[in-house]
Amino acid sequence: MTIAAAPSIVVVVFPGTWSERDFADLAGALGWEARLVWHTEAELGEADAVVLPGGFAHGDHLRTGALARFSPIMAAVGEFAAAGGPVLGSCNGFQVLTEAGLLPGALLRNDHLEFRCDWQWLRCERGYGPWLGGLEAGDRIRLPISHGEGRYFADEATLDELERSGRVVLRYSDAAGTVTEAANPNGSLRGIAGIVNQRGNVLGLMPHPERAADLELGGDDGLRLFRSLERWLQELPAAAERRL
Amino acid sequence: MRWLAEVHVALRPGIADPEGETIASGLRSLGYDTVSEVRAGKLLRIAFEIDEPAAAEAAVDEMCRRLLANPVMETATWELRADEQQDADPALP
Repeated sequence: MTIAAAPSIVVVVFPGTWSERDFADLAGALGWEARLVWHTEAELGEADAVVLPGGFAHGDHLRTGALARFSPIMAAVGEFAAAGGPVLGSCNGFQVLTEAGLLPGALLRNDHLEFRCDWQWLRCERGYGPWLGGLEAGDRIRLPISHGEGRYFADEATLDELERSGRVVLRYSDAAGTVTEAANPNGSLRGIAGIVNQRGNVLGLMPHPERAADLELGGDDGLRLFRSLERWLQELPAAAERRL
Repeated sequence: MRWLAEVHVALRPGIADPEGETIASGLRSLGYDTVSEVRAGKLLRIAFEIDEPAAAEAAVDEMCRRLLANPVMETATWELRADEQQDADPALP
């Protein structure tokens, strides 16, 4: 029997990022290593997974994520993702991933024009990949949302392809897990809250798993993504492959 | 030679534009009953230096494609003109 080393995650920090400490605290509470890496760095260093946190990278000027995609660290994030490394983009991180072309579509201004900060039920459509492997289709999780530009948009052909290939992994739902227009907090097409790339290793979602990591703060469903990742890392056949 | 480009970025036709709809509703509430649609967008005025006119056109086109508009949901149209006051301070209107 071998004891696996604690997972180590890199949390990318752009000027204007605001959720990096929550991710680092969450990792610390799990006994993991977390390293914050400034956006001007060219290398991620050794990492089991990379997180692009929420916030307002580069002030969200021009468009959310539009300037962040040109930050030097994004080339390394792209390489890590291309090698199959687990990448999570939450909120602004999701917006950056779409601008960088690592995920399809775009996040537009909420249909009601309000910034929405609330708890939100989500239905897992497919327990798939490093981040959601510990969930099953139909599972409900409750996570905070906090965004003004979360309306998922892609053209019809792209949406159909995402559905067909099982890459729509999270949808906004009510407490019963039913996807309804009323439960959709921002006008996202087809109620989409989270998608993965073709390989399943890159997850983008508007909600904040890192803000649902402590029952005393309202809920800990966000931990399920990190328990999934832990299991996924342990199941990788060799330590050499773990360190991607 | 100095150039002035005006780049208009807008959501693609057919994509819901709640900001435009809200402005349209504001205009109607002021009595402009015949306003049927407003589409909101961005205007970017860009001053830059480059020698050849063809190179200036190509530069604006590249700026739009690489950064100024996201083709997933936006279109960019632009007008380009030589800055008439070449020797004065940059003349962004």
